[in-house]
Amino acid sequence: MATPNTPLWEVFIRSRNGLAHKHVGSLHASDATMALQAARDIYTRRGEGLSIWVVPSSAITASDPAEKGMMFEPAESKIYRHPTFYEVPEEVGHM
Amino acid sequence: MYTQALNTAEADDRGLEDAARAAQFQVRIDAEERIEPNDWMPAAYRKTLTRQISQHAHSEIVGMLPEGNWITRAPTLRRKAALLAKVQDECGHGLYLYAAAETLGSSREELVDAMLAGKAKYSSIFNYPTLTWADIGTIGWLVDGAAIMNQIPLCRCSYGPYARAMIRVCKEESFHQRQGYEIMLTLCRGSDEQKATAQDALNRWWWPVLMMFGPPDATSQHSDTSTRWKIKRFSNDELRQKFVDATVPQAQYLGLTIPDPGMTQDADGHWRYSEIDWTEFKQVLAGNGPCNRDRMAARRKAHAEGAWVREAAAAYAAKRAQRQTAQAAE
Repeated sequence: MATPNTPLWEVFIRSRNGLAHKHVGSLHASDATMALQAARDIYTRRGEGLSIWVVPSSAITASDPAEKGMMFEPAESKIYRHPTFYEVPEEVGHM
Repeated sequence: MYTQALNTAEADDRGLEDAARAAQFQVRIDAEERIEPNDWMPAAYRKTLTRQISQHAHSEIVGMLPEGNWITRAPTLRRKAALLAKVQDECGHGLYLYAAAETLGSSREELVDAMLAGKAKYSSIFNYPTLTWADIGTIGWLVDGAAIMNQIPLCRCSYGPYARAMIRVCKEESFHQRQGYEIMLTLCRGSDEQKATAQDALNRWWWPVLMMFGPPDATSQHSDTSTRWKIKRFSNDELRQKFVDATVPQAQYLGLTIPDPGMTQDADGHWRYSEIDWTEFKQVLAGNGPCNRDRMAARRKAHAEGAWVREAAAAYAAKRAQRQTAQAAE
């Protein structure tokens, strides 16, 4: 008999105070409590984390990589959004 | 290495793909871009990686068996704690790898079932027995040493999820090799009897470890495609040579003899080993190694005996979900 599927979860870990949670991988668990415990065992065996989030993978909406050109185009052409676009005379010093 | 069965030839279905997309894909590979799960990829790339990553995962899981065998018999509490942690790491590595394989579209359950049905392979090395405590030292030193040699280039593999899993694995693997070498060092500095067990373990493991790198380049037909796709960065023979060159001085430091009387050092400093018995390798891959049947039986037993846990967890989750829905409706 084929083994029935167990839901997939994405795991996010905050490594130190002040840093954001970062995606570290995924795991299978039947519910959120077990997902948290499994995340601790699989992803924090060497003190990698102070906080864990688990999110059902099915709850994530992702952008389509095939459309990344169109998706991110608005940011490509706006160099005036970067500080180096503006000229400040050297005499003014660091700004 | 963990995917030796891949070295058999497989039909290259490049012709069936949209040629333009395949060309574009190769441009991305050549530019060292990472391929991510939702990106377009040739069907053969997906198939090769699914097989490679799942076989690697199965190897980590089956690899727990030879060492798990010694957890209750470790000579000290320190060794026992270290071995337990190492075996737990192997389990974690298996899980990272299953997760990476799943991103290609097969579920972990399907992959595990394929292994239990004997349809998927795992590394030949785990079909050898661990007869003495020195075998545990040798596995850490040589088997994990060979694995590191193979896995470091995989951290730059073209498939993003596999490369990322390998980075985590490599970080943890170094402890495995060092604890193994420390066991060997302790045995070699101990009584004559203890040193003899270290030599005996090296004698038994040396050749199977060299076989881990897979068939010689001349006969490995799969490598071309894997190299073109930057899944593979070095050939079997290149990695094997690197491993031998790194290991010979370590054996000398221990005062152990590599069981290869024909081994010589050439002018460039490389250690040249004798011909490997590939008949043995083929036999082990075909299921006729010393422990193949034991390993499969142990995995099937563990899977069957864990069925009630999976069922109970699923039933509990379903009950909780139902209760929450009922409460929300009130």
